[in-house]
Amino acid sequence: MPIGLPVGLNEPYAEMSWLATMRTNGVTMPKFILQVNQTTHTIDAEADMPLLWALRDLLSLVGTKYGCGIGQCGACTVHLAGKSVRSCLLTVKDAEKLPITTIEALAQEQNLHPLQQAWINQDVAQCGYCQTGQIMTAAALLTENPQPTDDDIDQAMAGNYCRCGTYPRIKSAIKEASALISQNIQILVPPEGDLA
Amino acid sequence: MNQLLTSIQQILRQNSQGQAIDRRQFLKLAGVAGTSLLLIAPSSDNQAANINADNASTVGAVELNAFVSIASDGKITIYSSNPEMGQGIKTALPMIIAEELGADWTDVEVLQSPVDSARFGRHGAGGSTTIPRTFDQMRQLGASAREMLLIAGAISMELPKNELVTRLSQVVHPPTGNFMRFGQLAALAAKQPLPNAKTLAYKKAEDYTLIGTSVTGVDNLEITTGAALFGIDTQIPDMLYAIYHKCPAIGGKVINANIDQIKKLPGIKDAFILKGNDNVRELLDGVAIVGSNTWAVFKAQQQLVVEWDEADASKDNWPAMVKQAEALAKTTGATTVLDKGKPEKQFTDPENTTLEAFYEYPFVAHLCLEPMNCTASYQTGTAGGKDTLELWIPTQAPERAYQVTQGLFDLDNDQVLIHQMRLGGSFGRRIYNEYVCEATAISKRMNAPVKLTWRREDDIQHDFYRVGGFQAVKGAINSNGQLVAFKDHFIGMLNNGKAVSGSRIHATEFPAQNIRHAHISKTMLEIGTPCGPWRAPGSNTSAFVIQSFLHELALAGKRDHLDFLLELMGEPRWFESGNIRSLNTGRASAVIRLAAEKAGWGGKLAAGHGLGLAFYFSHAAHVAEVAEVSVDSAKKLTVHKVTVAVDVGPIINMSGALSQVSGAVIDGLSTMMGQKITMQQGRIEQSNLHDYKVLRMPSVPIINTHFIQSKYPPTGLGEPALPPLAPAIGNAIFAATGERVRKMPLAELGYTI
Ligand code: FES
Ligand code: FES
Repeated sequence: MPIGLPVGLNEPYAEMSWLATMRTNGVTMPKFILQVNQTTHTIDAEADMPLLWALRDLLSLVGTKYGCGIGQCGACTVHLAGKSVRSCLLTVKDAEKLPITTIEALAQEQNLHPLQQAWINQDVAQCGYCQTGQIMTAAALLTENPQPTDDDIDQAMAGNYCRCGTYPRIKSAIKEASALISQNIQILVPPEGDLA
Repeated sequence: MNQLLTSIQQILRQNSQGQAIDRRQFLKLAGVAGTSLLLIAPSSDNQAANINADNASTVGAVELNAFVSIASDGKITIYSSNPEMGQGIKTALPMIIAEELGADWTDVEVLQSPVDSARFGRHGAGGSTTIPRTFDQMRQLGASAREMLLIAGAISMELPKNELVTRLSQVVHPPTGNFMRFGQLAALAAKQPLPNAKTLAYKKAEDYTLIGTSVTGVDNLEITTGAALFGIDTQIPDMLYAIYHKCPAIGGKVINANIDQIKKLPGIKDAFILKGNDNVRELLDGVAIVGSNTWAVFKAQQQLVVEWDEADASKDNWPAMVKQAEALAKTTGATTVLDKGKPEKQFTDPENTTLEAFYEYPFVAHLCLEPMNCTASYQTGTAGGKDTLELWIPTQAPERAYQVTQGLFDLDNDQVLIHQMRLGGSFGRRIYNEYVCEATAISKRMNAPVKLTWRREDDIQHDFYRVGGFQAVKGAINSNGQLVAFKDHFIGMLNNGKAVSGSRIHATEFPAQNIRHAHISKTMLEIGTPCGPWRAPGSNTSAFVIQSFLHELALAGKRDHLDFLLELMGEPRWFESGNIRSLNTGRASAVIRLAAEKAGWGGKLAAGHGLGLAFYFSHAAHVAEVAEVSVDSAKKLTVHKVTVAVDVGPIINMSGALSQVSGAVIDGLSTMMGQKITMQQGRIEQSNLHDYKVLRMPSVPIINTHFIQSKYPPTGLGEPALPPLAPAIGNAIFAATGERVRKMPLAELGYTI
């Protein structure tokens, strides 16, 4: 299960643990070791710094987005040991030394992830801001369940908000990617301008 | 500029883990740097050489006009000069140029242009106006570049120019099959004089091969790999991070704050009080906290204790507004907007059926997923030089930043360099530039580059809201079930004596224009909560009231809603012929009929299902929608399907157009379902997604969209598919359950989704 709650329209708000811990201060910037995209980084940060801000501000991995900071939008989704997590709720202390994958490393070597190709084929994005988080959640879903039903997709994606309302195409793209995976199709990063 | 290049190198180094995207990301970033160089020295060969060194594939690129350049290897670069916020113009506008040019779309790379209105014209986007405003200009740019290539082709191939055509990035001589590629001709083409626009010929619509097709967004590779840079992603060497804390009651002033304590917190560099100019669109009083990362300043904000002077602050109270409006509903408005025929006579005629209703709609927030932010680098002039300011802004109105930096900081345009960044949504929010003023003021004080990021809570509580309001409506139906009189008392809002965006009703409001007896009046209430445009301002609420009430009237007249609406439209006529912003009843009837037919109007529905119809004309677009819903005994609403029929003339990018319609339908449903901003003592009571509910994937209906591609000029689609959604849903709920919806959001009426 993803850490950070996929919250539907009617589900109650869960007080997040960091809201309580952030009021304790006086921590003098300890060092943490983060394993991000198969590279080891040592960062100076407060123990309660959410991984989101370590990625964005300290490691310049800005593909992971800030939307709400309380686990309700999914824009900050990354993978922690292969599972999708809300990086705004996970502290660097808790993430320490665990393998973290961000959107920047979802494509491997010269291969786009099937979801990325499907996202381009389906022209999913409008403003695009939520999309990296959507893709990371969808990627974790397909790892666990390569042939999801519509309901599986709805449930897995319910915690990812899209302000622009791209949901129908997100769903189609997940289905397309699922088909690509089942056919074991390798997707090369297209050359410049080959996206039409 | 070196600063920016260093930051690119830095990002590249730091991103070296994601190898697959390096090349593209580098090109992308190089493009950004290139645009800055051009801005400073548009025609310097040296600068151009610099760009080329960074980007091998643009070697030998020459400009054919401000928007179009072609490299010797055939790569075509087209500038997009307007902000991209999800409405798709960064793809659609270059498609128009590429069509006229005869370019192979796969050769085209689109770059966001520098902000330079002398070179590119106005940069803003809003009001669904970009396509109608620039369609002809884009065609002209493409046709002009094509003409230059044709001349170059004629010279090089020694063939008569009038026998040459362009297609797939080639100048072709169809009789012989001879051709030369654009890349081979570009250098010679660039030497030709700029053609006289009046002599240019344009492609016929039936010959289009690109316009009207589905093209995937030009930034989709960057977006899906995390390489697309939004405003909030800006990173400048030695940049500091900031928040700006304003009074929760809008307009309150700072008396005192625990600045010394804040300064001691981990990661905090400075904290200070800024005095504002009392203009909510520019700079309000507040406390700035500056630190070494976003988290440090977000966290420090939680420890901030401020003593506010709220004497002049907003005292708004939503329940009090409702009370006031309910009392006013029984009266006629203080200002008459329209008085034609004798509506009162119709209302008292015993032969007629008269119906009255009171409708209410709340304030709502924009909730752009990328919160307000701006990066500013203010540098005090050294050795007698002028101060300079460099800004990275996600904004709908880049040029407005010049106005505010001039007004507030006394900077001339040539001291300010603006980068228009991709916007993570806007919907009307980012036409105001207060976050630019805040970032600039903080950077100036620090004399260092500063990225200001608003917390989501600040973003929701310091918005320019979609205005809430009320309408008391009345109609008379004659014994034939025809609408004979209509009356509307509109209760809207003022900020400082001026009607806020969206708080308006016109004499042309449908159906007043279409019938003989109508009265429209308004009463305006002064409020302190700032309001601004929100996707289809005015239309998004008036459509709900009027199109729901017309359904009530149709039923009171024992009429089929579809027949009733079509009868109101009457014979095809264009109220102000030639003005695309005036209702054309022929186009209206066509979309109403199409939506009804495609939705199975009049056919058999599944048990418990209801169909609701609504039409609205806004932003020069005729749109009809039919919703199919069912409601269970616990009032759980299921929207099964929404069928949409749209006439905005010819479609440029079919994929983008379908996205705009479906996005507007989902936005409309999300808003009508759960969203409401309320105030107490001037304070906004909602703060984040836990108490401001939005629609999630499981609740999304099937959306079927049909375009009527009429021969009228193409118009924009960012907004007009939203207004008919709420009344279509409300009418469908009535059809399914017999319960009338006269108030949004539905959550307040006990519905869930
Ligand atoms: S930013 Fe983490 S869930 Fe919204
Ligand atoms: S595409 Fe804009 S928030 Fe999802």
